[in-house]
Amino acid sequence: MKTPRPYTLVAELTYRCPMACGYCSNPLDLARHAAELETADWIRVFAEAAGLGVLQANLTGGEPLVRGDLGELVAAAHAQQLYVNLITSGIPADGGRLAELVAAGLDSIQLSVQDVDPHGAAWIAGRDDLEAKLEVAEVARALGLPLTLNVVIHRGNIARVADFVALAEKIGAERLELANTQYLGWALANRDALLPARAEIERARTIAATAAERLRGRIEILFVRPDYYADRPRACMDGWARRYIVVTPDGIVLPCHQATSIAGLAFENVRGRALQEIWNESPAMKRFRGEDWMPAPCRTCDERDADFGGCRCQAFALVGDAGATDPACALSPRHELVRDARLRAEQPAPAAPPAIRLRRMRTTA
Amino acid sequence: MIGAAARVRLAQKARLQHDRLTGKQFLLYPERGLELSESAARIVALCGEERTITAIVDELAAASGEPRERIETEVISFLEALDDRGLLVVT
Repeated sequence: MKTPRPYTLVAELTYRCPMACGYCSNPLDLARHAAELETADWIRVFAEAAGLGVLQANLTGGEPLVRGDLGELVAAAHAQQLYVNLITSGIPADGGRLAELVAAGLDSIQLSVQDVDPHGAAWIAGRDDLEAKLEVAEVARALGLPLTLNVVIHRGNIARVADFVALAEKIGAERLELANTQYLGWALANRDALLPARAEIERARTIAATAAERLRGRIEILFVRPDYYADRPRACMDGWARRYIVVTPDGIVLPCHQATSIAGLAFENVRGRALQEIWNESPAMKRFRGEDWMPAPCRTCDERDADFGGCRCQAFALVGDAGATDPACALSPRHELVRDARLRAEQPAPAAPPAIRLRRMRTTA
Repeated sequence: MIGAAARVRLAQKARLQHDRLTGKQFLLYPERGLELSESAARIVALCGEERTITAIVDELAAASGEPRERIETEVISFLEALDDRGLLVVT
């Protein structure tokens, strides 16, 4: 098949982060990726990504603000005419720093808020920073920086979706992502504490849909029913190594954030090879590209163009085979793995929030 | 509905970008991008300076020689699609 063109580079600049969110999409073995790329490496990666056709750079982490050279990196991505989006917790909060990034060419900011309830924030992230985050939002708006508010939704905060809509209105966000937790990595380790019951999902979805209609043209509101409740898999990353390139802090090139969790795939590193070559030729990037890898029932399914067979990391994590049909699909022979988790989520919530495994890796590397 | 007298310009989050691979124009915004047809790119380019819809249609009609009514319908329906995505400031 013809190699597809990537549109978005997800640059995971560091896995250091002051937050400890129990649903983090970073890998569980954070410490193995501590040897971070240098400024010059990232500058080369941006240039090579642009050469491949990438138009958007999402600068993320971990927390990208902990990198002292972030201003230089924004400028380098901007110089490649990439649309530069900073994906941040806002912490450590520093309005002056944000102004510096805008001057360097930052196009937009996605600010995450964990909860509007301080206890809820402390439960899921180990701390509560709402006030500081609101100040960051205010500075962003004062700078004219387009603002997306991102809230990862789980059992501990799904009752407050209406509050998140109100918060997006209050801070002048142009986009609100009510991102249902994806149960991989840290979130999978905490799944029983995080997965909402079906009725909670449907209530939140109705609130989001009503708000989206009311705010149409002002705030774009995203709420996608989580794959655990959709009966069909999500179009993970719009297909394996198709539209997105992820580069980890230590330079590993991946088709998605979680792919290092799949045993047996040898992903290559930008330290050893040009990004173009890795994208086009690396066996790991080609492994699940297109349709040739698909098992039954995917291979003849009418929806394979829409969902690309779902999530390979989820198939590996739950079934133990990255080449299996995503068990989130009701047509998967192993769908009971997801159904059983759903059934457990119907149990009444415990009186006190259960302890969860927090993602720990502090800013001191 | 956007009326013919409305003034339009691109929202700050939207950026017109020439694509070095295909030579086409893309309208980029957070997490997304729209590949523009030639006629769509011409409309977006005219949104740079807060013109009225009438002025945009006049320019396109003069340049193409096509019927004004048809162009106006096309322009308004395209701009409404942009406005729905929050990519336009309409005054």
